[in-house]
Amino acid sequence: MSKKDILSRLFQMLIVLVGISFLTFLLTYISPGDPVRNMYLANGMMPDEQQVAITREEMGLNDPFLEQYGRWALNCLRGDFGKSYSLNKPVVDLLAARLLPTLKLALFSMAIMLVVSIPLGILSAVYKDKPIDYIVRGLTFFGVSIPNFWAGLLLILLFCVQLKLLPVVSSSGTFKDLILPAVTLALSMSAKYTRQVRAAVLDELNSDYVIGAKARGVAGWRILWLNVLPNSMLPLITLFGLSIGSLLGGTSVVEVIFSYPGLGNLAVSAITSYDYNLIQGYVLWISVIYMAVNLIVDISYKFIDPRVRLRTDSVRR
Amino acid sequence: MKKKNFFLRYPVFTIFAVLALMIILAAVFAPVICGDSDPTKGSITEAIMEPSAEHIFGTDKMGRDIFTRVIYGARTSLTATFILVGIIFVLGTVLGIISGYFGGIIDAVIMRIADMMISFPGLVLAIAVAGILGASIPNAVIAISVVSWPKYARLARSMVLRIRHADFVEAAVVTGSKTPYILFRYMLPNVLPIMAITAATDIGGMMMELAALSFLGFGAVPPSPEWGQMLNDGRNFIQSAPWMTIFPGLAIFVTVVVFNMLGDSLRDILDPKDKAR
Repeated sequence: MSKKDILSRLFQMLIVLVGISFLTFLLTYISPGDPVRNMYLANGMMPDEQQVAITREEMGLNDPFLEQYGRWALNCLRGDFGKSYSLNKPVVDLLAARLLPTLKLALFSMAIMLVVSIPLGILSAVYKDKPIDYIVRGLTFFGVSIPNFWAGLLLILLFCVQLKLLPVVSSSGTFKDLILPAVTLALSMSAKYTRQVRAAVLDELNSDYVIGAKARGVAGWRILWLNVLPNSMLPLITLFGLSIGSLLGGTSVVEVIFSYPGLGNLAVSAITSYDYNLIQGYVLWISVIYMAVNLIVDISYKFIDPRVRLRTDSVRR
Repeated sequence: MKKKNFFLRYPVFTIFAVLALMIILAAVFAPVICGDSDPTKGSITEAIMEPSAEHIFGTDKMGRDIFTRVIYGARTSLTATFILVGIIFVLGTVLGIISGYFGGIIDAVIMRIADMMISFPGLVLAIAVAGILGASIPNAVIAISVVSWPKYARLARSMVLRIRHADFVEAAVVTGSKTPYILFRYMLPNVLPIMAITAATDIGGMMMELAALSFLGFGAVPPSPEWGQMLNDGRNFIQSAPWMTIFPGLAIFVTVVVFNMLGDSLRDILDPKDKAR
């Protein structure tokens, strides 16, 4: 990717961000709940009509929609996402406090995913249509079809209730908290990723240069380790980037099951208490992170894949 | 080769088609299977009873029979999933064909919206949409539709683009065929098989997403029986009444497995390309 490509990508990201912010703002605007009443109720007060009307005017909720949106968007650009109604704290502080636990959870489950799925995928591709391939494919099918919230509950049942090895609630702040949520998340991700590793390796194994190398008598393991595996890792990096993104959104179910103090859990409670500023802030944060990760993955291609580097260089000349 | 009966030629497909049919029939004939047991009413004297001969899946905190609720839950889950897949299938196909065939500004607008939806983790938006609209099954269906149609639109568009300038299409234009006729007669039939396969393989996944929303409390509302929501109920009793979580989850799992296998085998039958693998 040249500098120009990166700039145009950044510009596209900006447009998408404006779109997403507009959409979330519109959704909260047309939603049935009344933010003023909810704010008072969250603080344990029962406001009268007059009080509601005054606060409504103070918060600018009577202004035209576009004016409200513009004001909110400008504040967001300055890093001010407003105050959470239900928790009475700045949204930025709340999100920042929850970001690290979610990142920890995401990274740990991705580590499990890589450790499990890369060897399994390679094995299953190399021994295609042999017993081990059937076993791996059966396992991936199982992993794809099991709902992660049920898997999480079953793990709790086994390890926390029956064997009493781990705590039911994962909010003590120790490493033990991470194990079950991360395993739950890794389960379905590993299944999907194993399939993709298998497909990528198979693609390379069937290509002409492998047949050529075999014909010239190069040892099988040499082809596999020195040519096939490095080449098949390329498409997997894109998928890896995409799975980071879907993980950030997908953690909420697992965080709720294990009462894990992460972003997803915060978002779910924000939605149930109609805490609009917090919801909007969360959606924007996640989309920025997601897009940034995808951009980094695309840029990293330049360093990993010589073909991309050569192509962009020749274009510039 | 002697022509064999379609169902004998594809045994895997046949087995899972029969199983899927059985699940659908169980949902349709729920009142027959469960007799006079009501999925929404229970007696408090029978609350939280272990599985027994009388209640084979046990009872929940309200004394409702879990077997009855699981069977009736199939109605909710299957109906909602089929409607959801139907919506994104129709919406995605139509928008994709329009976008690919007409090109220009229409294409740009539809695809930029699709890009926006894709450059964003789907479940986050689905949760936000479902949560903000309020908890109900229709709203959960809307929420997932909003984030899932772009995949279908892109697929349909790419296939239309491939044949947009093929000779037979140009010939149709030159001989004066009306645009709607070309769209229905040439574009749609070319797009439909792959779209149908995609929809069939997506049924299981969509069912899980709907159940996930209900599990979080943004889908079905109590007391109506829905598997995800039953799991959410059971979560608080996981130590004392594990059967409340085991059976509804098993129902989701089995149904998803059956529909995933059905979709996969359908793809293998219709798409010979994949067989090479």
